[in-house]
Amino acid sequence: MSEETLTETAAPTKGISAGRKTHDEHGHLTDFGYVKIFIILAVITAIEVAFSYIDMPTPVFLIGLFAMMTYKFYLVAAEFMHLKYDHGHFTKLFVTGLVLAVAVYLIFMSASQLWQSF
Amino acid sequence: MAEAVLDAAGHDNHGDPHAVVHKTNTGVSNNKLAMWVFLGSECLLFGGLISTYLLYRTNTQGGPEPSEEFFDIPFTSASSFVLLMSSLTMVLAHSAAGKGDIRKLKIWLLSTALLGSVFVAGQIYEFTVFVREGLGWSTSPFSSAFYALTGFHGVHVTIGIIMLLSTFISAMRGRMHPGNAETVEIVGLYWHFVDIVWVFIFTVIYLAA
Repeated sequence: MSEETLTETAAPTKGISAGRKTHDEHGHLTDFGYVKIFIILAVITAIEVAFSYIDMPTPVFLIGLFAMMTYKFYLVAAEFMHLKYDHGHFTKLFVTGLVLAVAVYLIFMSASQLWQSF
Repeated sequence: MAEAVLDAAGHDNHGDPHAVVHKTNTGVSNNKLAMWVFLGSECLLFGGLISTYLLYRTNTQGGPEPSEEFFDIPFTSASSFVLLMSSLTMVLAHSAAGKGDIRKLKIWLLSTALLGSVFVAGQIYEFTVFVREGLGWSTSPFSSAFYALTGFHGVHVTIGIIMLLSTFISAMRGRMHPGNAETVEIVGLYWHFVDIVWVFIFTVIYLAA
């Protein structure tokens, strides 16, 4: 198990941007890499806000907005919370809670006929 | 080949003499596992609050309605940016803790707590404006659901600030070293989760309004 974990986490150095390393020798993000992720998150947030001011069909608006939200969610969980580099148990636990919550409340909202109000 | 020493989370500690090696049944740190179980359960808590809000958002009983005009999107966008920035300072604090750079750890922990406080102050200001505009806690099912959801999130941020400040005090007292960097990581997990929940709330409540 230990050797497997080492193999997973000790990925070769990769991701060099503008002459600065975004990943260290163990495959983890460097401080510069974290700043890059933050800039991506800030840009997506700005696009989301701009998106809400543009007139467009509701389905396009909602799909676009939720796609950006999901990507932001993924970036924070994978990179800032280190799920991408950590032991698989943590991802399984978090995803279990998340999937359970989404499933339970989708059923709850369907039973309450929420979708008719859209 | 030298045998790699793994820390509690199953990671190579890179020869760090301070790293504490615990053996657990799962092969991962119990503390970290507990935090992830807690965060998984928090998904259900916030899921309940978000779906309640979605159910009641149209039930305004003549009071203010959730709309682009009612919500101050530029102000909330700035708050979101502040919380996002606090996630960056938090991850930099964790990075500094891993490297044993206590000076930077203290700076980033304090910056995170400060940014979190700015966010909470913004939320209190927003609530005050809403109350002045006639949206009280019991004005309508919409207002109750809105305050319950955003208020609960605000309480989570406040608890996070307390956790950050107590970690900062530990660092000030010289109790932080690379061997217990996991403490900073666990506080960080909670903080990033609070940020993730806001990513969802900001989109569902404010932008999709």
